[in-house]
Amino acid sequence: MDIGLTHYLTVAAILFTIGVFGIFVNRKNVIIILMSIELILLAVNINFVAFSTYLNDISGQIMAMFVLTVAAAEAAVGLAILVTFFRNRGDIAVDDASVMKG
Amino acid sequence: MLQGIAFYLLAAVATVSGLLVVTARNPVHSVLWLILAFFSSAGLFVLLGAEFLAMLLVVVYVGAVAVLFLFVVMMLDVDFLKLREGYARYLPLGAIIAAVLLVEMIIVSVAVVQGGAAAGLPAPGAPDASVTNVEAIGRVLYTDYVYFFQAAGIVLLIAMIGAITLTLRHKPNIKRQNPGDQVNRDRRKSVEIKPAATGEGVSAEELL
Repeated sequence: MDIGLTHYLTVAAILFTIGVFGIFVNRKNVIIILMSIELILLAVNINFVAFSTYLNDISGQIMAMFVLTVAAAEAAVGLAILVTFFRNRGDIAVDDASVMKG
Repeated sequence: MLQGIAFYLLAAVATVSGLLVVTARNPVHSVLWLILAFFSSAGLFVLLGAEFLAMLLVVVYVGAVAVLFLFVVMMLDVDFLKLREGYARYLPLGAIIAAVLLVEMIIVSVAVVQGGAAAGLPAPGAPDASVTNVEAIGRVLYTDYVYFFQAAGIVLLIAMIGAITLTLRHKPNIKRQNPGDQVNRDRRKSVEIKPAATGEGVSAEELL
């Protein structure tokens, strides 16, 4: 049971795939899509940290921190847009979002 | 040995809860599974020796982002069952693409570890005991990456301003308190002395 770099990369790959799969199957629900994006960014973070440990380079963890920052900002702005969209439309179906185009 | 058990346990929990995030019928349950997925991933980070990032993950994601999601899910009055329309229709295509993606990524991972850029790496030994993980991050974060650090702060500031601007709204017919008006109000503006003849009283017309 020797845990190597491949094990962590595989877990990250599985989480990334689940995120992409979630975007595919929940095409109408923006909230689930946002959560799927969070899962994808988490998978990226696992990759960064795993490589950081196995390459003995702390920079990977710094990058993971910046990814975390951007993910938090993205969630905040995304949910704010969602709330505004819900106020205007009374619904959050993504299909209706095309009525916003100018 | 114990590390292996911990890894497989945390990885299994993270994977299963990740899958439940995208398949749960109730979005509130999705958020709760997301919290579990992030928590297990924080455990994986601890196993990798990145304690600071693990705690950051718990604080930022479980403490802030997931609660924000929970607020929004509970606040919006949406028929979530209606939003699940087309779930079965997109399931086969999504599963095929996800499977192809997974196989590709695992092949690349194995290849890069066995013969690529990350080949022949020694297993990470015990970390330098004189420098903690937090200290190691701080040493490079405030020197080599100081501009990126500042930029991250600006990103967060802009996100905050953007979120407030998007959701703030002024209702036209809402009553607001105006402290200036309240302080400037005096006796002459609020009460008036009307003469009343003794013994006769006042009638309603005189008061108006």
